[in-house]
Amino acid sequence: MSVPARADELGLIGCPVCGLVCRSDQRLDAAATALACPRCNTTLTRRKPDSCRRTWALLIAAFFLYIPANLLPIMRTASLNDIDDNTIISGVVELWVKGSPDLAIIVFTASIVVPMLKFLALGMLLVTSQRGSGWARVQRAKLYRLVELIGYWSMLDVFVVALLTALVRFSVLSRVEPLPGVIFFGLTVVLTMFASMSFDPRLIWDGRDTDD
Amino acid sequence: MGQASPASLLICEHCDTVYRRRALECGEVACCPRCRAVLERHHRLGVNSLLALLLTAMIVFVQANIWPIVTLGLNGQYSATTLWGMIITMWQQQAQVVAVLAACTLFFFPMAKMLMMGWLLWFARRGRRAPGFVPLMVGLHRIGPWTMSEVFVLGALVAIVKAHVYFEVIADPGIYAYAVLTLLITIFSGVDLRLLWDETAESPT
Ligand SMILES: [Zn+2]
Ligand SMILES: [Zn+2]
Repeated sequence: MSVPARADELGLIGCPVCGLVCRSDQRLDAAATALACPRCNTTLTRRKPDSCRRTWALLIAAFFLYIPANLLPIMRTASLNDIDDNTIISGVVELWVKGSPDLAIIVFTASIVVPMLKFLALGMLLVTSQRGSGWARVQRAKLYRLVELIGYWSMLDVFVVALLTALVRFSVLSRVEPLPGVIFFGLTVVLTMFASMSFDPRLIWDGRDTDD
Repeated sequence: MGQASPASLLICEHCDTVYRRRALECGEVACCPRCRAVLERHHRLGVNSLLALLLTAMIVFVQANIWPIVTLGLNGQYSATTLWGMIITMWQQQAQVVAVLAACTLFFFPMAKMLMMGWLLWFARRGRRAPGFVPLMVGLHRIGPWTMSEVFVLGALVAIVKAHVYFEVIADPGIYAYAVLTLLITIFSGVDLRLLWDETAESPT
């Protein structure tokens, strides 16, 4: 046994929900049009259906929401003498100059680096798997798992704005209000999470050329 | 490999490679040699200790939700909030999307996850499948990535540091409850509940 065989070549499908190994040629119920897992009844498909098209669509939609999320202010701080609208990046700068560079780096990573990494990484994964590229497969597989693991941390800034809005309520003295940027940003995070979920990492290994 | 029964096989969900299942030692993690993803892990904690941890997490979760998280002070005025106070404020401030996101990822999904896990583990103690086992296991799988309590804890920290410049900041018990909850969530993140499919026997329906 030199190279371990892949399920697809053996006529097997792993259930994405419960992990059961099922035979793809054997339909338990003759009337059923789709193959279903005998253990959890999830519809079984060789690969996630329409994975590339769905991921592209979600990723592009997320990117279009990410533009206003960065350009529009996410929060307004109002006090007696001034009104100040903050964008994501001005919030990071403020943390940096007010003496918390470590937190500034964390917020910058969660709000800017992670979403950008998701756009670039998923875009690259889509392009390379659509071409059936055999380039750096292990690294690409690891990159995908990294994107899945850290993706939801981008929600950080949304929670910061929400918490400050609820806390800073001193009538005319000092108030914080959410602004539309934060809504766009929250939606961006949700869409990128859906995008990374709809990508099928098995496509990385499906290329024309042999691996290992 | 062709004649092996499917139950003795394991498919890497990240690269579709088929492996023969082998018994894992305590605490061992099996990785896919091709794509290096985790195939299967054997958790050190038994069902009973998981249940105990889960019960702790539920108590801490209730506290984290009813106790105020932080109090701000300005010229003798004080303002505090709980998680639900935050969600309601966001709704009233024309940020309903954020309110719904926060309510789902910080309250409804974590709560549903804990209740479902508790129900399943309670019956798994005697190797049985809980009523509604299949839909609950599928539900748990779907909710999986949508709970964000640990992100909220970091967000609270950032909010405290930001507010600290202008206000007097008093950390309330809710934030400590959240910190403990994060610790428990980290422990649970290493547990693959899919083992319950194999560890429990199908009860006659
Ligand atoms: Zn299944
Ligand atoms: Zn693999």
